[in-house]
Amino acid sequence: MLPSASLIHLQDFAKEIRKKTLYTIGNLGVGHIGGALSIVELLALLYEQEMHVDAKNPNWEDRDLLVLSKGHAGPALYATLALKGFFPLSELDTLNQGGTNLPSHCDRTKTPGIDMSTGSLGQGLSSACGLALAKRLDHKNVYVYAVIGDGESQEGQNWEAAMFASQYKLDHLIAFTDYNKMQIDGNTEDIMGLGDIVGKWETFGWFTQRIDGHDLEAMHQAVENAKAQQGKPSMIILDTIKGKGAAFCEGKVTNHNMNFDLTIANEAIAQLG
Amino acid sequence: METKEMRAVYCDTLIDLAKTNEKIMVVEADLMRASGTMKFKDIFPERAIDVGVAEANMVGVSAGLSAGGKIPFAATFGCFASRRVFDQFFISANYAKLNVKLVGTDPGISAAFNGGTHMPFEDIGMMKLIPNLTILEPSDPISLEALLRACAEHEGCTYMRLHRKAIAPLYKEDEKFTLGKGNVLRDGNDVTLIALGAILVPEALKASEMLQKEGISAAVIDMHTVKPLDEELVLAYAKKTRGIVTAENHQVSGGLGASIASFLSKEHPTRMAMVGINDEFGQVGTQTWLQNYYKLTAEEIALQAKSLLK
Repeated sequence: MLPSASLIHLQDFAKEIRKKTLYTIGNLGVGHIGGALSIVELLALLYEQEMHVDAKNPNWEDRDLLVLSKGHAGPALYATLALKGFFPLSELDTLNQGGTNLPSHCDRTKTPGIDMSTGSLGQGLSSACGLALAKRLDHKNVYVYAVIGDGESQEGQNWEAAMFASQYKLDHLIAFTDYNKMQIDGNTEDIMGLGDIVGKWETFGWFTQRIDGHDLEAMHQAVENAKAQQGKPSMIILDTIKGKGAAFCEGKVTNHNMNFDLTIANEAIAQLG
Repeated sequence: METKEMRAVYCDTLIDLAKTNEKIMVVEADLMRASGTMKFKDIFPERAIDVGVAEANMVGVSAGLSAGGKIPFAATFGCFASRRVFDQFFISANYAKLNVKLVGTDPGISAAFNGGTHMPFEDIGMMKLIPNLTILEPSDPISLEALLRACAEHEGCTYMRLHRKAIAPLYKEDEKFTLGKGNVLRDGNDVTLIALGAILVPEALKASEMLQKEGISAAVIDMHTVKPLDEELVLAYAKKTRGIVTAENHQVSGGLGASIASFLSKEHPTRMAMVGINDEFGQVGTQTWLQNYYKLTAEEIALQAKSLLK
């Protein structure tokens, strides 16, 4: 159990990430708002509670690592990293501008705190496996976290990586599926449904949990459960809402990559309080 | 050095490198027996990773290993190393500026009995389009060992075409090799033969001997590094001789010849002929039959050289 003060602090931090994400994309006028907002609580939990990282030394060898395989949610991670002090908040204004360190999709060569380049869907879980294996060979007791999308789960490479992580007993790999049930062309169940998503990961040999991806306490407990596992990678299926927390886009199938301006963003930010 | 299986040289060199560099790893996709790296696994079991029949994951895991500080040598048949995993190698390894050493075995017609599905005639052309990637094809056991060591030292991704079978040495043991610098095997004044790989470099040497009998002096260059191209050496021989014949076990479109032609058309327009595959798919056959079918022979190189001098 998280102490109630910690829970309140995490909820506040998530709110700040959500506001900065709305601001960053609204300021640009277009972006992947839906899938960015659905992982805000997860990012708040990871960066404020679970992960050992050092904003002043982003390449610290003993840090925990994150591979955001759904790289289009980069703006939510940039907001998180900026709030954590990896780079100035003012840099959020440069999203997608020529020469920026904050491209639409995550780039390890450009952004302090980004551990892997992603954006071509389906590749991140394999990279996370390699990272977890390299750290184990070096006897580093660190965790590698990975976040994949539900639409992204349709990419076959994920299942190659799923078999690999299980075969190599990567118990310091903790992955999340952002199960917001929508993808570009519609509802995931209508396009290419994931069926028994928990059963699928369990069958591939993963310790699998399914929880509310906006419930910080539940997610913290799930990560604790995952860390207690030995000899198995962990998958945590997060039931989330695409566009969570912004009335203009919450739960709308058109929110994958949508246009909205700063006026709309500011209204949504004001509503968050 | 005696005639040796190239894959044995590959494995032995990696073992030797791994003894002093704990970052060196081998990654395979159920072709460890074909690549000849079982011995590496016996000696360094934790540093030999077999992902099973899953080449995309092989490249992705290699990228992750590299991000974690390792130097992975990932090998599979060249057709899979290029066509099947181009995006994984492009994004997860190269775009991410990591240090993955990808090896494509059985280049071109050396895939022989595996036939057209397994015959990469286009891998160099695909790989050439990846910015900053170093692309190599050694021609004998000695160049293979030296270039593998150079790859391990090189900071950045590489793609090596690896002929697996036994090849007679062309070089003396003390020959020096540098990434991006071609080796002149024979000097000449009339025409220059620039060749690539374990099949065509020996054929170019044979062609040079054939031409010599007809009073034509043909230089022979082993251009083991396709990219970055040794422009200085190409330019020197373009100026010194009256024409250049390139020879490669690959489509001429997109291969070594195309790189040289593109460079020379800007710097020093030169008469050229290109021996290689001309817009055809691969097919099954003995290597000798395929070599004759696709005209990857000393006779063809000599014929093309003479046509340039007319």
